[in-house]
Amino acid sequence: MPEHDVLIIGAGLAGQRAALAAAEAGATVAILSKVHPVRSHSVAAAGGINAAISLDDRWESHAYDTVKGSDFLGDQDAIEIMCREAPGEVMHLEHIGVTFHRNEKGEMDLRAFGGASMKRTAYVADITGQAILHVLYEQLMKHHETVDRYEEWFTTSLIRDEEGACVGCVARNIRTGEMETFRAKGTILAQGGAGQCFKPTTNALICTGDGIAQAYEIGAPLMDMEMIQYHPTTLVENGFLITEGARGEGAHLLNADGERFMEKYAPNKMELASRDVVSRAGQTEINEGRGVGPDGSGIALDITVVPKKRVLEALREIVNIGKDFAGVDITAEPILIRPGQHYIMGGVKTDVHGQVPGVPGLYAAGEVACVSVHGGNRLGANSLLDTLIFGRRSGEHAAERAKTMPAPSVGNDQLKADVARIDSIIARPREGRRISEIKDELGTVMNRYVAVFRDEAGLAQAHDTVRRLKEEARTAYIDDRGTVFNQDVLGAIELGYMLDVAEAIVVASLERKESRGAQFRTDFPERNDDEWLKHIDISRNGDATPQVSYSPVTITQWQPEERKY
Amino acid sequence: MADFTLRIRRYDPESGEAPYWDEHTIDLEPHRSVLEGILQAKARFDGSIGIRCSCRAAICGSCGVRINGQPGLACHTHLDKALKGAKDGIIEVEPMGNMPIIKDLIVDMDAVHWKKVQRVTPWLINKLPVPEREYIVPHENMVDVTQSMACIQCGACVSDCLSMEVDPLFIGPAALAKAYRFAGDPRDAQQEERIRDLAEDPHGIYDCTHCFKCIEACPKGVAPMSQIMRLRRIATRTHHIVDRNNGERHESAFVTLVKDHGLLWEAELLPRSHGGDSFFGKFMPKAALELVDSLPVIAKGLLRRKVTLGKSILPPKDLPKDARAEITSIFEKVDDRGELRELNLYISGYDEDLEGAETPSASAAAGAQGQTSAESGQPGMTPEESPTR
Repeated sequence: MPEHDVLIIGAGLAGQRAALAAAEAGATVAILSKVHPVRSHSVAAAGGINAAISLDDRWESHAYDTVKGSDFLGDQDAIEIMCREAPGEVMHLEHIGVTFHRNEKGEMDLRAFGGASMKRTAYVADITGQAILHVLYEQLMKHHETVDRYEEWFTTSLIRDEEGACVGCVARNIRTGEMETFRAKGTILAQGGAGQCFKPTTNALICTGDGIAQAYEIGAPLMDMEMIQYHPTTLVENGFLITEGARGEGAHLLNADGERFMEKYAPNKMELASRDVVSRAGQTEINEGRGVGPDGSGIALDITVVPKKRVLEALREIVNIGKDFAGVDITAEPILIRPGQHYIMGGVKTDVHGQVPGVPGLYAAGEVACVSVHGGNRLGANSLLDTLIFGRRSGEHAAERAKTMPAPSVGNDQLKADVARIDSIIARPREGRRISEIKDELGTVMNRYVAVFRDEAGLAQAHDTVRRLKEEARTAYIDDRGTVFNQDVLGAIELGYMLDVAEAIVVASLERKESRGAQFRTDFPERNDDEWLKHIDISRNGDATPQVSYSPVTITQWQPEERKY
Repeated sequence: MADFTLRIRRYDPESGEAPYWDEHTIDLEPHRSVLEGILQAKARFDGSIGIRCSCRAAICGSCGVRINGQPGLACHTHLDKALKGAKDGIIEVEPMGNMPIIKDLIVDMDAVHWKKVQRVTPWLINKLPVPEREYIVPHENMVDVTQSMACIQCGACVSDCLSMEVDPLFIGPAALAKAYRFAGDPRDAQQEERIRDLAEDPHGIYDCTHCFKCIEACPKGVAPMSQIMRLRRIATRTHHIVDRNNGERHESAFVTLVKDHGLLWEAELLPRSHGGDSFFGKFMPKAALELVDSLPVIAKGLLRRKVTLGKSILPPKDLPKDARAEITSIFEKVDDRGELRELNLYISGYDEDLEGAETPSASAAAGAQGQTSAESGQPGMTPEESPTR
């Protein structure tokens, strides 16, 4: 049985940063991921990372922009920590080798991003996430003697001891099918988001909400689950992301009349208003018949207004995406985009050290977690920052905590239960529905009713569907009976995760009877601070339906005010 | 919508059976990717088809395969384009080469690719002192290394590396591109040590045969071979490393021969590679040894008429006068340029702004870029990239 001070599940930016921080603090560390670390979805983050590193910038300004972006649902103590520590973290990345774009003086260059009051986004062309992820992995290779890597291991359960503390996990070696119990004093969840609950989504196929569902399963609270970010610019063609960096570099959004319609919605910030505002504006244009394209379902993103040299140097990846996936040369003509599911602000509730309340020894960081620094709406280029700051803080805290305690004792009950569960999935008769059918139906329904605009009737419809699909998933069958790389059986487990997460999202969306950030209820179109300036927490006990409770928003120095861009 | 038939190479390590072909007909728009085709086959017909995949957008590097024999990403290849390359109207998908197969389209990248990456000391060794804020470094350098940073570690270049086929110990295109990412980074303290290590390694930078396969295979325009050539240039020009593989002398033999004669003189290549550009070089015992070693190859070449006696043994015939003058002027121009300006994906001669500018580097850029453009996604070769070995 592998045994470590700190066990990290998920090896994107949050997980790798946590692993490095915990190892540096002297802990024995294991990092376990269902894919090779550089395949993690952090790789797709394009535009950059926010930090008040400019000499005329202040972290308070960054914090205020973040609070405002969150529609005042973000916890201001956590936001202050993130923004204050941001410059140091970005400099650390620079020192370990991230190839940040330089200005003519050789200093780090900064680009404009949505919802920000000044240029504060450091970047590597438009492959910032990839550049940082690969550099962190370089550091993991460098520290291979202090960090044990378990690459292509799939976690099936978290383990709680009798006192309720999390003491490790059970995982399956995807290559061999071997199941193993991992024992740890502290466990950090870093498995990212749950975009695959929606179809289409900008998220990778691996973003199936594993960590959120595993924590929920053992009784951890989820928070802000209704807050689903629709990114304003995803390809109409297939939902792929076109980075906000494009608008940061000056690209325009145009409707069918060729009008820069953002003038109507955000006269000051225009295309660089916060994402929820721009997505709603775009969706409104489409809904009111001013959409572009054969069926009017898109918006034109015009990048031709950005100098070509700059596009080729700083937006190289979307030149490729336009060419390869939409057949469009973005340097010569506009490209058709529309709002698409991109990010979940909510997740496993944590404090500012990444600790999950009520489950000692359990931590979460990155998209899987909800600290909450993003509140109702995340600003572009704050997600990379969130993963790194709270990944590091979790790693450090877990390492320190481990010094004060003995190794927990863990039996193999959970291992046996998980082996039996997997065997039973493999043995299911070919009678129910196919896994892929259920996943498709889930994604389509979520994207229809739990999208940019929501209402009671639609959400109720989504709720009914999700509950039915949960029933159907119990008997859904798979084809692969093998042990080596049986991706089919893992798909069945992931489907269960997605359905749990989707249910929590729908329940929270039904609960919040107001419009704030990414949650826009057409039946409650106003923000209502008197009743709803609070977090919605979702938890469950065993198989019972989700339980709703509330927790207060932490306000330090910025009182809620009307939000204008 | 259209029907496409995929012929997928299957292998189940638990069955005890040999690999076999499996066909599925899928129904998708022609501009959808081969990966989407495979995922449809998996969803509709057979969930046991093994393929690694995640982002679907050529960023995560998971789905490296061979399509109709060509390495690449399944998500990055359109069905209609794949169909054009198909022999019999059926799109063939196989696992990548040069790496052991685990199951179906899944190969063991740890056993080959990642081991080689680990070989090149793949992390920054900081120049000291580490500044309080960022290192102040030229804009161009950071953009330059960003090209190798753009590598997604998909293994497509490793799959079809011809040198690696012959010498499995060759460090290979992906790992050497990774090495350039540090060697070219002005913040790294050990450029010379790194390069010396890779030049002295018999399976290092001089093991590349300059076949261009990796450049063709790379879905991200990293152009691994160009990065290897850069490492060689830093080895020879910057650090004057005379390596035990004879790489440096061999390369300079090419240059001096062309400089002297306008064309390559095959018979002189070997002696000069050992003894340098002097009369006595011919009598280097090592040259004689290698000559003897090479006799069967030479004989074969002659028999198959790949070379003719006249061309290979006699000095090249005189070129027309203006051709010689042009060659000389190329050499002069290159020699005059003190600083080597490297072109790559991000610093290209493609843009009008650059083409319009009358700076030597810009015009050199436009000329050298020649075959490349943003459309092809392939960066250009610099004039110094003469074939060696």
